[in-house]
This record gives sequence, structure tokens and C-alpha cells, in this order.
Amino acid sequence: MVFDEADRIATIRLEQDRDVVKARSRVAQAMKACGSSELMQTRFVTAVSEIVRNALNHAGGGTLAIYAMPGRRLVGVECSDNGRGIEDINAAMRDGFTTRLGSLGRGLGGAKRLSKAFTIESSPGIGTTVRMIGACSLR
Amino acid sequence: MNAAAIYAVEGVLLVSITSDITDTDIIDLQETLSTRIADTECRGVVIDISALDIVDTFVGRVLAQLTGVARLLDAETYVVGMRPAVAMTLVELGMYLPENDTALTLSHALDKMRQSGLIDGLRRG
Repeated sequence: MVFDEADRIATIRLEQDRDVVKARSRVAQAMKACGSSELMQTRFVTAVSEIVRNALNHAGGGTLAIYAMPGRRLVGVECSDNGRGIEDINAAMRDGFTTRLGSLGRGLGGAKRLSKAFTIESSPGIGTTVRMIGACSLR
Repeated sequence: MNAAAIYAVEGVLLVSITSDITDTDIIDLQETLSTRIADTECRGVVIDISALDIVDTFVGRVLAQLTGVARLLDAETYVVGMRPAVAMTLVELGMYLPENDTALTLSHALDKMRQSGLIDGLRRG
């Protein structure tokens, strides 16, 4: 997934948990700008919240780039980090898989279900990049 | 902490969570709230999430934990004010919040607590 014909409208450095709030509200703003329904906005902002928190908690931080695709009523995000990467992506995507005590392990799989398109690339020792597209309407 | 406010209403602790609450705030809230439950000897807690635009897996888990802690302190918890879009999203995430009792509004939650006798005199003993 490449955001070729998209405009990068914001870049948010993810360093502390306040940045998760900032990322959510910036994505919500982009969804509103393309006329998103409340449900579509809630779904995608929830997905963004999951992956941004992952970057912060598992990789110690990262960057979120937000893209607008004006003609198509879509919002794209790219969340990248330089953490230790995910060894088994298929396992990590499954509901219930977690490396943390008390965590539900629904974040990554949930983010995929809540977005229109979802890709994840990860190299152990190098980092992880998640790209997602959120639709502003079902049609 | 300004990310959540706790009010005593009709003998129940009403917790109002603001939209910009962070993960750290919400963990602090757990500590503050459990202390308040013990101090006030209340039997009921109502957590108002109407200001929250989203509830993700982290917040969902913390709500379950708040309920669990309150229950050990002999107080029942209702989560109120969930937006319909949030409910639909939670179901897609597979998060049914089975630990939490929910009510649409504060007054519904108070009605339910009265019916179950939790807030008759509102105070224990």
C-alpha cells in the first residue's frame, strides 16, 4: 500500500501518551473534513489508537503520518517505529495473542477489521510499519 | 487530575471521563477511585463515558478492571453514556465488556441501583 496520490496532511511524533490523544484527534479531524459519518470515524480512529499505542508501548515511540485522499473520501495513515519488530506477524494478528500480561491481544486484529485496507511490515531488530486506510462512508 | 472528575451524587460516585484522557490518567483514575470508594463507603459507581469519542481495547480493559476493583470493595459499577458508534465498534473488536453493567444514562443507572437496593439509604451500615 503506497499513498501515491495522497497529500500528507500531518506528521505526529509519538513519544508520550499525550501524543496518542493528539494522533486520534488529528485523524478524527481529517475524517470529518471528508464528511465521514460518526460510525466510520469512530471505527477508524479506534484502529489508529490501537496501532499508535502499540508503537509507543512496544517500540518506545514512532511516527504517524496522516494522508488525505481528497477525491476518494479516504484517509490513510502510516505508523512506523524503530522497535525490535514482530517475529511472527500471523500470530500477532490473531485475536487473543499477546506478549503482555493483562492485555487482551485484540488490538492488531481489531485494527485490521476496523480499516478498509491494512498492511503490516516488520523486520526483527529494525522496526514495524503499519499502513491503514479508513473510509469516510461505506459506499 | 483534570482528565476525570469524581462527584458524589445521591450516594453514588459519578466518574466523568473527559475526551482527552491519556493512558496514564486512566491508570491514576483507578487508584483515585478505589480510594474514594473506600473513604466514602459508597455502594455504587457510575462511570460516564459520553465524552469519549472512542473506546479502544486499552480503555475497555481498564473499565473492566475498575469494575473488578470496585466489586472487591463491595460497590457495583455502571458504565453509562456510551455512544452508539462506540458500541458498534466495540462489538467489531470482540469486546463485549462482560464485566461491566451498562445503562444508557446516569438516571437509568440510578434507577437500576435503586431497584437492586444498592442505593436505598445509599450508605452502608
